Amino acid sequence: MTIPADARFLAIGVYFGFVLMKGEVVSWYRIQEMFRFHAFHMYGVIGTAVLVAALSVWIVRRLEIRSVDGRPIVTEAMPDGWRRYAGGGVLFGVGWALTGACPGPIAALIGAGLWPFTIVFAAAWLGTLTYGLLQTRLPH
Amino acid sequence: MLVNLLAMDLLDLLRGPWPWYVAGPAIGLVVPMLLVFGGRRFGLSSSYRHLCAIANVPASYFRYDGLREGAWNLLVVAGIAIGGLLGGVVLGDPNPVRVSEATRRALQALGVTVDGGFVPTAIFSWEGLRTPAGFVATVVGGFLVGFGARWAKGCTSGHAIMGLAELQPASAIAVAGFFAGGLAATHLLWPLLLGGS
Repeated sequence: MTIPADARFLAIGVYFGFVLMKGEVVSWYRIQEMFRFHAFHMYGVIGTAVLVAALSVWIVRRLEIRSVDGRPIVTEAMPDGWRRYAGGGVLFGVGWALTGACPGPIAALIGAGLWPFTIVFAAAWLGTLTYGLLQTRLPH
Repeated sequence: MLVNLLAMDLLDLLRGPWPWYVAGPAIGLVVPMLLVFGGRRFGLSSSYRHLCAIANVPASYFRYDGLREGAWNLLVVAGIAIGGLLGGVVLGDPNPVRVSEATRRALQALGVTVDGGFVPTAIFSWEGLRTPAGFVATVVGGFLVGFGARWAKGCTSGHAIMGLAELQPASAIAVAGFFAGGLAATHLLWPLLLGGS
């Protein structure tokens, strides 16, 4: 990859980070609201995001759109099984409700100057490392 | 005059907050952006794995060229931090963050005061880190985000948005798990943590 080609990923990130802030998806309170069924906001955000994303994927597949560097766009199927998705999913959900942030918002909050989220980031890195060490011993 | 007024309106719009029907579709658009401009599936938690690979963590799971395979992903994450700076500070919303009345009351009953920021400062701060609730929320919570995302092979972006958009059954299981875990932490774990500190 060349440097100008990489800039597009940075730009998409900037856009996404900005939207996360403005949609208040980064707010610990919004996540509490969601898990307490006190407001529609987060359901509306995630619901319409999935809708727009699904429509986009459908159009890309239907029209066989290629990426700007001419490669066909392939979307791969996730590996079979359910244990890893259920087990990992529940643990991730507990972490999400504790920190009030998933990986995108963690980065956005650090950028916005909320320093405790550098610790959250480091802990998430350690969690990833631990998974890598235990991988062969976990059910998948 | 008119130009000035329009510019001010635009600035107000940018400062936000945005309603769900603006923020949601705007998030969904990241999927075609990444597919078309980058040929990549949306997903952010792999960035932690790439950082482990770059650090040469001795496990077969991390034995690949993290910089070569992960540069694009890490650039997106770096961009998100810049977006956070722009959206949270440079064009930050001058008003306190909105919290619904019901949540405000529920949190008050647990001793958490809504103090205007994105997160309760008493929990997420250097001082808060030294309390049991703050430590668990920051360190244990972060650990579970990283561990759970890798075990489940994706996080909110990879499963809840990208995977559901592709109609992947695996992602439906993962998202059900996210929600079950979140409900348990909110209704069982948080009251325990806050009652005990």
